[in-house]
Amino acid sequence: MKELKKYIALVCFLILIGLSYLFDFAAGEKIGLNFCMFFKEMILFLPLMFILVGLFDVWVPREKIEKHIGRDSGWKGTGLVILLATLQAGPLYGAFPFAYILWKKGCSIRNIFIYLGAFSTLKIPMLTFEIGFLGLKFSLLRTLITLPLFIIIGYLMEWILKDKYFEVKQP
Amino acid sequence: MKLLIILTLICLCISFFTSREKTMIGIKKGFTMFIRLLPTLLLMLAIVSIVLFLIPRETMAKYMGEGSGIKGWIMAAIFGSVALIPGFIAYPLCGILIQSGVAYSVIAVFITTLMMTGFLTLPVEVKFFGWKVSVIRNLVSLAAALLIGLVMGLLL
Repeated sequence: MKELKKYIALVCFLILIGLSYLFDFAAGEKIGLNFCMFFKEMILFLPLMFILVGLFDVWVPREKIEKHIGRDSGWKGTGLVILLATLQAGPLYGAFPFAYILWKKGCSIRNIFIYLGAFSTLKIPMLTFEIGFLGLKFSLLRTLITLPLFIIIGYLMEWILKDKYFEVKQP
Repeated sequence: MKLLIILTLICLCISFFTSREKTMIGIKKGFTMFIRLLPTLLLMLAIVSIVLFLIPRETMAKYMGEGSGIKGWIMAAIFGSVALIPGFIAYPLCGILIQSGVAYSVIAVFITTLMMTGFLTLPVEVKFFGWKVSVIRNLVSLAAALLIGLVMGLLL
Protein backbone atom coordinates (compact mmCIF):
# COMPACT_ATOMS: atom_id res chain seq x y z
CA MET A 1 0.00 0.00 0.00
CA LYS A 2 2.80 2.37 0.92
CA GLU A 3 4.48 1.54 -2.38
CA LEU A 4 1.33 2.40 -4.31
CA LYS A 5 0.93 5.73 -2.52
CA LYS A 6 4.12 6.96 -4.16
CA TYR A 7 2.46 6.65 -7.54
CA ILE A 8 -0.58 8.83 -6.81
CA ALA A 9 0.94 12.05 -8.20
CA LEU A 10 2.19 10.19 -11.25
CA VAL A 11 -1.20 8.63 -11.94
CA CYS A 12 -2.80 12.08 -11.71
CA PHE A 13 -0.23 13.36 -14.19
CA LEU A 14 -0.92 10.52 -16.61
CA ILE A 15 -4.69 10.97 -16.31
CA LEU A 16 -4.31 14.67 -17.15
CA ILE A 17 -2.16 13.77 -20.16
CA GLY A 18 -4.73 11.20 -21.25
CA LEU A 19 -7.53 13.76 -20.93
CA SER A 20 -5.48 16.24 -22.99
CA TYR A 21 -5.32 13.75 -25.81
CA LEU A 22 -9.03 13.06 -25.50
CA PHE A 23 -9.97 16.73 -25.69
CA ASP A 24 -7.18 17.83 -28.05
CA PHE A 25 -5.53 20.07 -25.49
CA ALA A 26 -2.29 20.99 -27.25
CA ALA A 27 -0.20 21.84 -24.16
CA GLY A 28 -1.00 18.53 -22.52
CA GLU A 29 -0.23 16.63 -25.70
CA LYS A 30 3.18 18.26 -25.98
CA ILE A 31 4.00 17.50 -22.35
CA GLY A 32 2.91 13.93 -23.02
CA LEU A 33 5.29 13.69 -25.97
CA ASN A 34 8.14 15.03 -23.85
CA PHE A 35 7.36 12.51 -21.14
CA CYS A 36 7.36 9.67 -23.69
CA MET A 37 10.76 10.77 -24.95
CA PHE A 38 12.28 10.91 -21.45
CA PHE A 39 10.61 7.67 -20.47
CA LYS A 40 12.03 5.89 -23.52
CA GLU A 41 15.52 7.16 -22.78
CA MET A 42 15.25 6.09 -19.15
CA ILE A 43 13.71 2.67 -19.70
CA LEU A 44 16.29 1.78 -22.36
CA PHE A 45 19.38 2.23 -20.28
CA LEU A 46 18.52 2.32 -16.59
CA PRO A 47 17.64 -1.39 -16.25
CA LEU A 48 21.04 -2.13 -17.82
CA MET A 49 22.75 0.08 -15.27
CA PHE A 50 20.95 -1.69 -12.45
CA ILE A 51 21.89 -5.12 -13.81
CA LEU A 52 25.52 -3.97 -13.83
CA VAL A 53 25.14 -2.63 -10.30
CA GLY A 54 23.65 -5.93 -9.15
CA LEU A 55 26.37 -8.02 -10.80
CA PHE A 56 29.02 -5.70 -9.43
CA ASP A 57 27.56 -6.19 -5.97
CA VAL A 58 27.74 -9.99 -6.06
CA TRP A 59 31.05 -10.39 -7.88
CA VAL A 60 33.42 -7.64 -6.86
CA PRO A 61 34.87 -8.16 -3.39
CA ARG A 62 35.14 -5.20 -1.06
CA GLU A 63 38.88 -5.66 -0.55
CA LYS A 64 39.56 -5.16 -4.26
CA ILE A 65 37.64 -1.90 -4.41
CA GLU A 66 39.19 -0.63 -1.19
CA LYS A 67 42.63 -1.41 -2.51
CA HIS A 68 42.25 -0.02 -6.02
CA ILE A 69 39.91 2.96 -5.65
CA GLY A 70 39.68 3.31 -1.88
CA ARG A 71 41.05 5.99 0.40
CA ASP A 72 44.73 5.36 -0.22
CA SER A 73 44.52 4.48 -3.90
CA GLY A 74 46.16 7.57 -5.43
CA TRP A 75 46.32 8.37 -9.14
CA LYS A 76 45.80 4.85 -10.36
CA GLY A 77 42.47 4.74 -8.59
CA THR A 78 41.44 8.03 -10.14
CA GLY A 79 42.32 6.68 -13.59
CA LEU A 80 40.31 3.54 -12.92
CA VAL A 81 37.08 5.31 -11.94
CA ILE A 82 37.40 7.63 -14.93
CA LEU A 83 37.85 4.65 -17.23
CA LEU A 84 34.83 2.95 -15.68
CA ALA A 85 32.68 6.05 -16.16
CA THR A 86 33.67 6.67 -19.78
CA LEU A 87 32.42 3.22 -20.78
CA GLN A 88 28.91 3.83 -19.50
CA ALA A 89 26.02 5.75 -21.01
CA GLY A 90 22.95 7.75 -20.11
CA PRO A 91 22.05 10.84 -18.10
CA LEU A 92 23.69 11.59 -14.77
CA TYR A 93 20.89 10.15 -12.65
CA GLY A 94 21.89 6.73 -13.97
CA ALA A 95 25.30 7.12 -12.34
CA PHE A 96 23.90 7.50 -8.80
CA PRO A 97 23.09 3.80 -8.32
CA PHE A 98 26.60 2.94 -9.43
CA ALA A 99 28.06 5.54 -7.10
CA TYR A 100 26.11 3.86 -4.32
CA ILE A 101 27.55 0.42 -5.04
CA LEU A 102 31.07 1.84 -5.32
CA TRP A 103 30.63 3.55 -1.98
CA LYS A 104 29.23 0.41 -0.38
CA LYS A 105 32.30 -1.49 -1.53
CA GLY A 106 34.71 1.02 -0.05
CA CYS A 107 35.45 3.56 -2.81
CA SER A 108 36.82 6.86 -1.47
CA ILE A 109 34.72 10.05 -1.34
CA ARG A 110 37.12 11.66 -3.79
CA ASN A 111 36.77 8.89 -6.34
CA ILE A 112 32.97 8.82 -5.99
CA PHE A 113 32.76 12.43 -7.11
CA ILE A 114 35.43 12.01 -9.77
CA TYR A 115 33.36 9.12 -11.07
CA LEU A 116 30.25 11.33 -11.21
CA GLY A 117 32.21 14.06 -12.97
CA ALA A 118 33.66 11.70 -15.56
CA PHE A 119 30.30 10.04 -16.05
CA SER A 120 28.60 13.35 -16.77
CA THR A 121 31.22 14.80 -19.10
CA LEU A 122 33.51 12.13 -20.56
CA LYS A 123 31.29 9.26 -21.64
CA ILE A 124 32.63 7.93 -24.93
CA PRO A 125 29.18 7.47 -26.54
CA MET A 126 28.42 11.12 -25.80
CA LEU A 127 31.82 12.32 -27.01
CA THR A 128 31.24 10.82 -30.45
CA PHE A 129 27.99 12.76 -30.58
CA GLU A 130 29.71 15.94 -29.48
CA ILE A 131 32.46 15.63 -32.08
CA GLY A 132 29.86 15.06 -34.77
CA PHE A 133 27.91 18.22 -33.99
CA LEU A 134 30.43 20.58 -32.48
CA GLY A 135 33.71 19.51 -34.04
CA LEU A 136 36.83 17.80 -32.79
CA LYS A 137 38.54 20.99 -31.66
CA PHE A 138 35.69 22.05 -29.41
CA SER A 139 35.21 18.59 -27.93
CA LEU A 140 38.89 18.01 -27.33
CA LEU A 141 39.38 21.38 -25.71
CA ARG A 142 36.29 21.02 -23.54
CA THR A 143 37.41 17.57 -22.43
CA LEU A 144 40.91 18.74 -21.60
CA ILE A 145 39.63 21.66 -19.54
CA THR A 146 36.93 19.63 -17.82
CA LEU A 147 39.12 16.68 -16.80
CA PRO A 148 41.36 18.50 -14.28
CA LEU A 149 38.37 20.48 -13.01
CA PHE A 150 36.32 17.53 -11.89
CA ILE A 151 39.36 15.90 -10.37
CA ILE A 152 39.69 19.10 -8.33
CA ILE A 153 35.98 18.83 -7.51
CA GLY A 154 36.65 15.32 -6.20
CA TYR A 155 39.38 16.59 -3.89
CA LEU A 156 37.22 19.56 -2.88
CA MET A 157 34.24 17.36 -1.99
CA GLU A 158 36.51 15.08 0.00
CA TRP A 159 37.91 18.05 1.87
CA ILE A 160 34.41 19.42 2.58
CA LEU A 161 33.02 16.08 3.74
CA LYS A 162 36.13 14.68 5.37
CA ASP A 163 35.21 15.24 8.98
CA LYS A 164 31.49 15.02 8.48
CA TYR A 165 29.23 12.05 8.36
CA PHE A 166 28.91 11.07 4.72
CA GLU A 167 27.17 8.13 3.15
CA VAL A 168 25.61 7.15 -0.14
CA LYS A 169 22.26 5.68 0.76
CA GLN A 170 20.46 2.85 -0.89
CA PRO A 171 17.24 4.41 -2.22
CA MET B 1 24.09 3.26 -25.74
CA LYS B 2 25.24 0.34 -27.89
CA LEU B 3 28.42 0.21 -25.86
CA LEU B 4 26.42 -0.10 -22.65
CA ILE B 5 24.28 -2.89 -24.08
CA ILE B 6 27.35 -4.80 -25.23
CA LEU B 7 29.11 -4.21 -21.91
CA THR B 8 26.08 -5.43 -19.96
CA LEU B 9 25.63 -8.50 -22.18
CA ILE B 10 29.29 -9.48 -21.87
CA CYS B 11 29.17 -9.10 -18.09
CA LEU B 12 25.93 -11.07 -17.94
CA CYS B 13 27.32 -13.91 -20.05
CA ILE B 14 30.54 -14.21 -18.08
CA SER B 15 28.63 -14.03 -14.83
CA PHE B 16 26.03 -16.55 -15.97
CA PHE B 17 28.55 -19.15 -17.05
CA THR B 18 30.58 -18.73 -13.89
CA SER B 19 27.70 -18.99 -11.48
CA ARG B 20 24.06 -19.03 -12.36
CA GLU B 21 23.02 -18.61 -8.77
CA LYS B 22 25.11 -15.51 -8.15
CA THR B 23 23.93 -13.99 -11.41
CA MET B 24 20.30 -14.39 -10.40
CA ILE B 25 21.00 -12.82 -6.99
CA GLY B 26 22.77 -9.91 -8.71
CA ILE B 27 19.96 -9.27 -11.18
CA LYS B 28 17.42 -9.49 -8.40
CA LYS B 29 19.33 -6.97 -6.29
CA GLY B 30 19.61 -4.55 -9.20
CA PHE B 31 15.98 -4.97 -10.10
CA THR B 32 14.82 -4.33 -6.53
CA MET B 33 16.77 -1.07 -6.44
CA PHE B 34 15.31 -0.07 -9.78
CA ILE B 35 11.72 -0.71 -8.65
CA ARG B 36 12.27 1.25 -5.45
CA LEU B 37 13.64 4.22 -7.34
CA LEU B 38 11.03 4.10 -10.10
CA PRO B 39 8.29 6.30 -8.56
CA THR B 40 10.73 9.13 -7.79
CA LEU B 41 12.27 8.76 -11.20
CA LEU B 42 8.98 8.87 -13.10
CA LEU B 43 7.74 11.83 -11.12
CA MET B 44 10.97 13.67 -11.89
CA LEU B 45 10.56 12.90 -15.60
CA ALA B 46 6.98 14.22 -15.46
CA ILE B 47 8.22 17.49 -13.94
CA VAL B 48 11.01 17.72 -16.51
CA SER B 49 8.52 17.25 -19.37
CA ILE B 50 6.40 20.08 -18.03
CA VAL B 51 9.40 22.39 -17.65
CA LEU B 52 10.68 21.56 -21.12
CA PHE B 53 7.24 22.46 -22.45
CA LEU B 54 7.27 25.78 -20.59
CA ILE B 55 10.76 26.62 -21.93
CA PRO B 56 10.85 25.27 -25.50
CA ARG B 57 14.10 24.93 -27.41
CA GLU B 58 13.37 27.99 -29.53
CA THR B 59 13.13 30.13 -26.40
CA MET B 60 16.43 28.78 -25.12
CA ALA B 61 18.10 29.50 -28.45
CA LYS B 62 16.71 33.02 -28.46
CA TYR B 63 17.91 33.93 -24.98
CA MET B 64 21.34 32.36 -25.32
CA GLY B 65 21.94 34.07 -28.63
CA GLU B 66 20.86 37.52 -27.51
CA GLY B 67 23.82 39.81 -26.88
CA SER B 68 25.92 36.76 -26.23
CA GLY B 69 27.93 38.54 -23.50
CA ILE B 70 27.29 38.05 -19.81
CA LYS B 71 23.56 37.63 -20.37
CA GLY B 72 24.03 34.75 -22.80
CA TRP B 73 26.28 33.07 -20.26
CA ILE B 74 23.87 33.43 -17.40
CA MET B 75 20.98 32.17 -19.50
CA ALA B 76 23.07 29.22 -20.69
CA ALA B 77 23.92 28.35 -17.09
CA ILE B 78 20.29 28.64 -15.98
CA PHE B 79 18.88 26.61 -18.87
CA GLY B 80 21.62 24.04 -18.59
CA SER B 81 21.18 23.58 -14.85
CA VAL B 82 17.44 23.32 -14.94
CA ALA B 83 16.89 21.37 -18.11
CA LEU B 84 17.51 17.70 -18.56
CA ILE B 85 17.84 17.22 -22.28
CA PRO B 86 19.09 13.90 -23.66
CA GLY B 87 22.37 14.16 -25.59
CA PHE B 88 20.78 13.20 -28.89
CA ILE B 89 18.71 16.37 -28.72
CA ALA B 90 21.15 18.65 -26.91
CA TYR B 91 24.05 18.26 -29.34
CA PRO B 92 22.07 18.94 -32.53
CA LEU B 93 20.57 21.95 -30.73
CA CYS B 94 24.08 23.20 -29.90
CA GLY B 95 25.12 22.70 -33.50
CA ILE B 96 22.26 24.92 -34.62
CA LEU B 97 23.13 27.50 -31.95
CA ILE B 98 26.74 27.68 -33.15
CA GLN B 99 25.59 28.17 -36.73
CA SER B 100 23.27 30.97 -35.66
CA GLY B 101 26.19 32.78 -34.06
CA VAL B 102 26.12 31.83 -30.38
CA ALA B 103 29.61 32.01 -28.86
CA TYR B 104 31.53 28.79 -28.17
CA SER B 105 31.99 29.77 -24.54
CA VAL B 106 28.21 30.03 -24.06
CA ILE B 107 27.77 26.60 -25.65
CA ALA B 108 30.44 25.18 -23.35
CA VAL B 109 28.62 26.54 -20.29
CA PHE B 110 25.31 25.19 -21.57
CA ILE B 111 26.65 21.69 -22.29
CA THR B 112 28.60 21.40 -19.08
CA THR B 113 25.75 22.52 -16.85
CA LEU B 114 23.40 20.31 -18.82
CA MET B 115 25.55 17.29 -18.03
CA MET B 116 26.93 18.02 -14.57
CA THR B 117 24.18 19.84 -12.75
CA GLY B 118 20.53 19.02 -12.56
CA PHE B 119 18.26 20.94 -10.26
CA LEU B 120 15.25 19.03 -11.51
CA THR B 121 16.98 15.72 -10.89
CA LEU B 122 17.69 16.72 -7.28
CA PRO B 123 14.81 14.58 -5.94
CA VAL B 124 16.60 11.51 -7.34
CA GLU B 125 20.07 12.62 -6.26
CA VAL B 126 18.82 13.34 -2.74
CA LYS B 127 17.66 9.73 -2.39
CA PHE B 128 21.31 8.71 -2.65
CA PHE B 129 23.32 11.59 -1.24
CA GLY B 130 20.94 13.56 0.99
CA TRP B 131 20.08 17.24 0.55
CA LYS B 132 23.24 18.86 1.77
CA VAL B 133 25.73 16.92 -0.34
CA SER B 134 23.51 17.08 -3.44
CA VAL B 135 23.18 20.85 -3.23
CA ILE B 136 26.91 21.30 -2.63
CA ARG B 137 27.77 19.05 -5.57
CA ASN B 138 25.44 20.94 -7.89
CA LEU B 139 26.71 24.36 -6.83
CA VAL B 140 30.36 23.34 -7.17
CA SER B 141 29.64 21.86 -10.60
CA LEU B 142 27.87 25.04 -11.65
CA ALA B 143 30.93 27.07 -10.67
CA ALA B 144 33.15 24.66 -12.61
CA ALA B 145 30.91 24.97 -15.68
CA LEU B 146 31.21 28.76 -15.63
CA LEU B 147 34.98 28.44 -15.33
CA ILE B 148 35.06 26.01 -18.26
CA GLY B 149 33.06 28.51 -20.32
CA LEU B 150 35.50 31.26 -19.37
CA VAL B 151 38.56 29.26 -20.40
CA MET B 152 36.90 28.09 -23.62
CA GLY B 153 36.04 31.69 -24.40
CA LEU B 154 39.66 32.72 -23.94
CA LEU B 155 41.00 29.87 -26.09
CA LEU B 156 38.50 29.73 -28.96
